[in-house]
Amino acid sequence: MVAVPERCGRSGPINLREACGLLEMPWPQAGRPAVPHESAARHVAGSALYIDDMPEPAGTLHIALGLSSEAHADITGLDLEAVRQAAGVVAVFTADDIPGVNDISATHSHDEPLLAQGRVSYHGQPVFAVAATSRLAARRAVAKARISYAALPAIIDIAAAQPGGVMVCAPMVLQRGDPAPGLAAATMRLGGEMRCGGQEHFYLEGQIALALPGEADEIIIHSSTQHPSEVQAMVAAVLGVARHAVIVEVRRMGGAFGGKETQGNLFASIAALVARATGRPAKIRPDRDDDFIITGKRHDFLLSYDAAFTEDGRIEAVAMQLAARCGFSADLSGPVTDRALFHADNAYFYPAVRLTSQPLRTNTPSNTAFRGFGGPQGMLAAERLMEEIAYATGQDPLDVRKANLYAPGRNVTPYHQTVSDLNGLALVEQLEASSDYRARRAAIRAFNAKSPVIRHGIALTPVKFGISFTATAFNQAGALVHIYTDGSVQVNHGGTEMGQGLHSKIIEVVARTLQVPQEAIRISATNTGKVPNTSATAASSGADLNGKAAEAAALTLKTRLIDFACRHYHLKPEQVRFTREGVVLGTSVLSFARLAQAAYGARVQLSATGFYATPDIHWDRASGKGQPFYYFAWGAAVSEVAIDTLTGEYRLLRVDILHDVGQSLHEAVDRGQIEGGFIQGMGWLTTEELVFDAKGRLATHAPSTYKIPACRDTPPDFRVALAQGLAHGAATIYGSKAVGEPPLMLAISVLHALGDAVASVADYRSCPRLDAPATPERVLAAVRRLKDSGLGP
Amino acid sequence: MRDAVRFMLGDELVRVSGISASLSVLDWLRGTARLTGTKEGCNEGDCGACTIVLVRPRHGRLDYRAVNACTLLVGMLDGAQVLTVEHLADGARLHMVQQAMVDAHGSQCGFCTPGFVMSLYARAKQPKSERVDAAEALAGNLCRCTGYAPIIRAAAMIDAHEAPDQWDRRSKETLARLEALHDGTTLCLGDGDTCFMAPASEDELAHLLVQHAGGKDAGRPTLVAGNTDVGLWINKKLMRLDPIFWLGGIDSLKQIAESNDHIEIGAGVTYSEAQAKLVGLFPETGALITRIGGVQVRNSGTVVGNIANGSPIGDMSPLLLAAGASLGLRRGEHRRKLALDEFFLSYGVQDRAPDEFITHVSVPRLKPGAVLKAWKISKRADQDISCVMMAVWLDYDGARINDIRLAFGGMAGVVCRARACEARLRGGPWTRQTLAAAQAQLREELQPISDMRASAGYRLDVACNLLERLYIETVERAPTRLPDASLA
Repeated sequence: MVAVPERCGRSGPINLREACGLLEMPWPQAGRPAVPHESAARHVAGSALYIDDMPEPAGTLHIALGLSSEAHADITGLDLEAVRQAAGVVAVFTADDIPGVNDISATHSHDEPLLAQGRVSYHGQPVFAVAATSRLAARRAVAKARISYAALPAIIDIAAAQPGGVMVCAPMVLQRGDPAPGLAAATMRLGGEMRCGGQEHFYLEGQIALALPGEADEIIIHSSTQHPSEVQAMVAAVLGVARHAVIVEVRRMGGAFGGKETQGNLFASIAALVARATGRPAKIRPDRDDDFIITGKRHDFLLSYDAAFTEDGRIEAVAMQLAARCGFSADLSGPVTDRALFHADNAYFYPAVRLTSQPLRTNTPSNTAFRGFGGPQGMLAAERLMEEIAYATGQDPLDVRKANLYAPGRNVTPYHQTVSDLNGLALVEQLEASSDYRARRAAIRAFNAKSPVIRHGIALTPVKFGISFTATAFNQAGALVHIYTDGSVQVNHGGTEMGQGLHSKIIEVVARTLQVPQEAIRISATNTGKVPNTSATAASSGADLNGKAAEAAALTLKTRLIDFACRHYHLKPEQVRFTREGVVLGTSVLSFARLAQAAYGARVQLSATGFYATPDIHWDRASGKGQPFYYFAWGAAVSEVAIDTLTGEYRLLRVDILHDVGQSLHEAVDRGQIEGGFIQGMGWLTTEELVFDAKGRLATHAPSTYKIPACRDTPPDFRVALAQGLAHGAATIYGSKAVGEPPLMLAISVLHALGDAVASVADYRSCPRLDAPATPERVLAAVRRLKDSGLGP
Repeated sequence: MRDAVRFMLGDELVRVSGISASLSVLDWLRGTARLTGTKEGCNEGDCGACTIVLVRPRHGRLDYRAVNACTLLVGMLDGAQVLTVEHLADGARLHMVQQAMVDAHGSQCGFCTPGFVMSLYARAKQPKSERVDAAEALAGNLCRCTGYAPIIRAAAMIDAHEAPDQWDRRSKETLARLEALHDGTTLCLGDGDTCFMAPASEDELAHLLVQHAGGKDAGRPTLVAGNTDVGLWINKKLMRLDPIFWLGGIDSLKQIAESNDHIEIGAGVTYSEAQAKLVGLFPETGALITRIGGVQVRNSGTVVGNIANGSPIGDMSPLLLAAGASLGLRRGEHRRKLALDEFFLSYGVQDRAPDEFITHVSVPRLKPGAVLKAWKISKRADQDISCVMMAVWLDYDGARINDIRLAFGGMAGVVCRARACEARLRGGPWTRQTLAAAQAQLREELQPISDMRASAGYRLDVACNLLERLYIETVERAPTRLPDASLA
């Protein structure tokens, strides 16, 4: 007998699928019975509400932004009269109309005005806002502005920024030992540079905010943000009100990927500004092209490396400099470039090492968080180094990688944290066997020897990714759980749902803790009025932090119910057990709902908060020492590609992934993160190319020119396995591991497989040194360079 | 003359009048009809989040087509049934296609999902024999979360389990209702400020164009067939177009006429409708056509429209230029024929008077011994604009090139023939030496630009290498094609 919440109004076992309005279909379910994403049925029916789908209150104003046409200039004239006179326009706002602080810097760097004042610092920077009765009217009115500028010298890219070296924040240095003597005395040494491009998030739902003015200074903001508490803080500062006057709510986002960690602040603040000034609801939803042009992206980097190694390819000393284009303001560039350094070792031990970051200020959009948060760029440097050493020593790059993996006695990172769970080698060897790597590599070489035009390539790369915010304070979370007297449970927590399945996982956590069916639990929209002072849903930490907080709240309630049951039914605590069949009370069983009802009757509080702070972590940036990460997530991937040496075009043929998610909270969600993260990473490294012209204008500002992977870019043979039986020393929620970001970096195997194919044209005697994104043009250029090197057959 | 557009929205007959000529179906659905399941992702026909299905009578049955609602004007719905994601569930029960997406875990953030559902739905409505590979059918839908793998698994589940749905059950009734809407009258839709006209015949179009000629630029009619390009002028450049003349009401322009030596593709024929015929004519170009836009674009966009807009990077023009195609044009009662070569005058300028329209493109069949090959090079394989497109018509007898036409897109301000290079090749032996000479000639003849898609140097290198590919494929016969990455 399965416990039935009374709200269902009937007894008998609950058919979970039926409860969700789902059909029983005859197709087989893969693996263990998988619970769908909590919103899946609404996603496919088109009934899941995003902000733009909400009915607009009467009188809603629509906002469009007037953008800078210059990369760096003083504003010498701002004539908005024609804008004000345009049809449908209700109000026009400039920096002078901001009642509070004209700053939305997420890191309190005071370098990011909401609206430019006197000077513009990048092409596309918002200068003014128009509120009109329709979105089209607002967009049309914007074009009528007359702004004059006096141009200033603009620094667009890393090459232009490096000589002056103006940085958006202090660079970081990680050093363990001194690499200089090792480099000077090396038997083998090499150095080089690698460029990797940035990446547009291309969340399918663009940035959006809807502000609803309330009485006095109160305001409610519906924002597509990963960080409601920060939006709350920004809006309060911009309006000059206390944070208690501002409520921010997020039901779901249509994708975010880091692009809504800080980038939503601008849109929410503008909407709030208009709503406050006009007393009318105000919505802003920039057109996709404006979204591209205004918002920051993944940082592009110039990675410089210098390494000493033994003749068998083992690293002795490493020095690296990681320079990043940060854009006009600091935003999160400090933490991003820090994390690049934290991952410039990837899974490899550097006996003596010095790593430095260079967060460069440029006159471009302010680059920001993007899945991996600098980690992918740091890892690229490590993997390029492995490739260089392999070619220099004439080995299979996999053997060089294996020789340098963290291992017992060789397990201290450049930031002096000891890697406790040494899963790298076991994972790599398991994948090497399961993917048949060696035999396939031999077959590819035989194929290439006979194929003049089409060449194949293969590569295996590992991932080790540090889990925790490196700003230690952010590693906290809160939750609020209510049990209603019909046995249904409402959960609220500080995390936001952007498609990653966080709510599905939290439901699973609470269902396990209280032993109630999943459909008895509902997660309500994330709301700053329910759980305050939250951290961004970022750093892959959403389930780790909020899951623990939700568990804590559920445990508090469970304890109260046990106490009540003991009192009420004269039992000892060990006689009360929560099971899926109901709450066992000595020799009888009571449904969860009846117990809740009884507890209510006895005036037991059925609402509780939960709180969690990650233990054991600390970090001192100044000394470059500490334990910034609670644990590491591990994974490895093998990719096989074919390239066309006449055009540089390529196809990804097969991918094998073995990834460590600990004890999965939700296998379908975790697999989805792995597959999706991999393809997104592949896009970054292959077809996604951001092109700024000499004047700092983004030339690739829509999907017509910026190419994220499409359906046929997914490999026809895609094998994903969850690693079993690996060490996991940290006490995470139900033994699970974070999975949001790490799989993205598995795609580095694609870049190196392309490199392997390219190297075939010079008989594998020269390192292909393929930069990213490896567009067909870059692949062809590498083919030509190697062919021209004279090393070919 | 009718002043209201009439269509079925799900099962309901709708009449809409008094709207702006350039109102998109997407904005109408989300704003007026409050059907917000259809999403706006890019507003330019590139992401598929706004995919809906249009149902029209065709050869006595209902034809289901996925299209992008963002580049579709409301007037273009005339006589169709519109199905959105809200119309699939039968009461509280999800449609089998939706259910497969749930069970395959095909949604994460869910924002692209309605578009995928509608593309999968339209695909499931095609007869099994005509159903294309799922990955091809979904090339016009972008997903940023899943990496597509579970969506492809959902497609396989759908293929394995079919059952008639509520729309199949009332297909006869729907067919009759839609046919009754086909009244042969001209539609004139407007809000007093702008006007959308759908002439019912070629004669009427010819007459209306002449009538509107001579007006100032602002009053000059914009001819629209699929609106896949003009839609961007409206959505992105915020251009005010008045009047808009839509060709979709003219049955005679939707014909493909065949004769012994050529076929004539009417100005209203979409890529999808022409695809089978073109592949039949030129078997080696099939892969190219499936890489023009996504399914949604090919279901709306027309072959002639791609020529008429004169884009230097359109993919049909180089193909048809190499094939030796010609155009039929009409101005009032005057008709003329023009070799396609002569149509493209310079960037943005074509040999067409403002009151003239293209009636069809005439494509000669291949003569025995000749072959037509076309290669498209782009950053992404699917739904991308070419950085280089080469089409070659070759009459090669195994030793000598008897004749050749070499056409390029993306290499100049217009699509163009490489005539000097052709001359180098024509009549000569087809050897590595000839190839080298032809490549050198090509480098002199073409002056491409650098832009966000590719550098000039890469474009030239690739153009030369494609000549080499032609040589390898026709002489040395080594494999030059990447493995087909379509998913089984």
